[in-house]
Amino acid sequence: MSDATVPAFARGVRFRFDEVRKAWVVLAPERLFLPDEPAVEILKLVDGQRSMGAIIDDLAARFAAPRDLIATDVAAMLRDLADKGALTL
Amino acid sequence: MTAPAAPLGLLAELTHRCPLQCPYCSNPLELERAGNELDTETWLRVFDEAAALGVLQVHFSGGEPTARKDLPALAERVASHGMYSNLITSGVLLDRRMLDTLQTAGLDHIQLSFQDIETESAERIGGLPGAQARKLEAARMIKEAGFPLTLNFVVHRQNLERLPGMIEMGLELGAGRIEIAHVQYYGWGLVNRDALLPSRDQLIAATEVVEAARIRLKGRLVIDYVVPDYYAARPKSCMGGWGRRFINITPVGKALPCHAAESLPGFDFPSVRETALAEIWNHSDAFERYRGTDWMPEPCQSCERREIDWGGCRCQAFALTGDAGRTDPACALSPDHDVMAAAVAARGDLPTEFVYRRIGGAPVGEAWRHES
Repeated sequence: MSDATVPAFARGVRFRFDEVRKAWVVLAPERLFLPDEPAVEILKLVDGQRSMGAIIDDLAARFAAPRDLIATDVAAMLRDLADKGALTL
Repeated sequence: MTAPAAPLGLLAELTHRCPLQCPYCSNPLELERAGNELDTETWLRVFDEAAALGVLQVHFSGGEPTARKDLPALAERVASHGMYSNLITSGVLLDRRMLDTLQTAGLDHIQLSFQDIETESAERIGGLPGAQARKLEAARMIKEAGFPLTLNFVVHRQNLERLPGMIEMGLELGAGRIEIAHVQYYGWGLVNRDALLPSRDQLIAATEVVEAARIRLKGRLVIDYVVPDYYAARPKSCMGGWGRRFINITPVGKALPCHAAESLPGFDFPSVRETALAEIWNHSDAFERYRGTDWMPEPCQSCERREIDWGGCRCQAFALTGDAGRTDPACALSPDHDVMAAAVAARGDLPTEFVYRRIGGAPVGEAWRHES
């Protein structure tokens, strides 16, 4: 995984806002993830086009946080969801 | 009392009709006939109500759900609400045209069952000659039609030795996920326990295979593993707790907290024909009875795991102790725990013959005699 990696939701996985719970959810085969707020901000930028680098730049600019710190969080979160089969990297 | 949290998943058992006769089928011993099944309009209303209630995932199950001609219409309605839809199928009735129709309808995912990797064994377990080739062809067509695929293997003493090959088959067929599920011993499974229950050594070996494969295939193949209760020290969190996450709707419209709950006496399970799903979920006696922790006896009531395993499985408690309100005997803290060891001890050196799942009771299987 590097800044050039382009994460995407795996086939059959959906990320959407649930009106009943007022929360974002990731729906996958026999799986359901309720991402926390920082994870939601990251996942909103996952579109199969943006690279990791672009996602990190966007978040660093918007949340005025050190880029290294954000890069670490983004990589860990995306790796975790990829290992669970929800994302492809 | 505050309203319970919204359900996450709905299991729609569209029919009990099925070309297979697996002796561990999760359907009840008394199978419903086609003429009593809910009609299309009622299912569509149930899915509308489920979406409004907060259901996020709908599983089309059976029997064999593709035996219902209205499956694409049902899938389309589920998709229109943004609910995730999953087809749980044996694959033997699938063809490319049906798959394309389901793709257009918005079905998200397909779970395809296999009984074994060896054709002769697989078809003896499923009771349908010719099934294996049709299933392999179904897997190919499912991938070709563009669906994500899960393979499901129900495992037991008569196929566990081929577990490594099952995982390999998952890779070969392009599955993203594989479910290795030990038989759960209710209904048909309980009738066939001596034919199916693995030894402790078999279970330990299987668990090691799964754990090693999970590491080796991380990021390539998700492996879900369901263990049998008979060698456990603590019970499973059955259905994630009674009335906490799931609703099961039977082919005739009864709403159950789990697919085996109809085996419990003293219940009047509400029907979606007469009662709205929200009313059933929020207020019915059937869903309230074992919800939360208030109903629990000791040792559950004061147990630190009471909100982890929710007292285990009500159907197992009833099947093995005669009282659905007791602690699941799978728990080593249960006063009834010795029934599990007794069942293991009663298990013979050779498996008994299968009692196949058939409409009209539980006849002794005659099609496939054991060579002993």
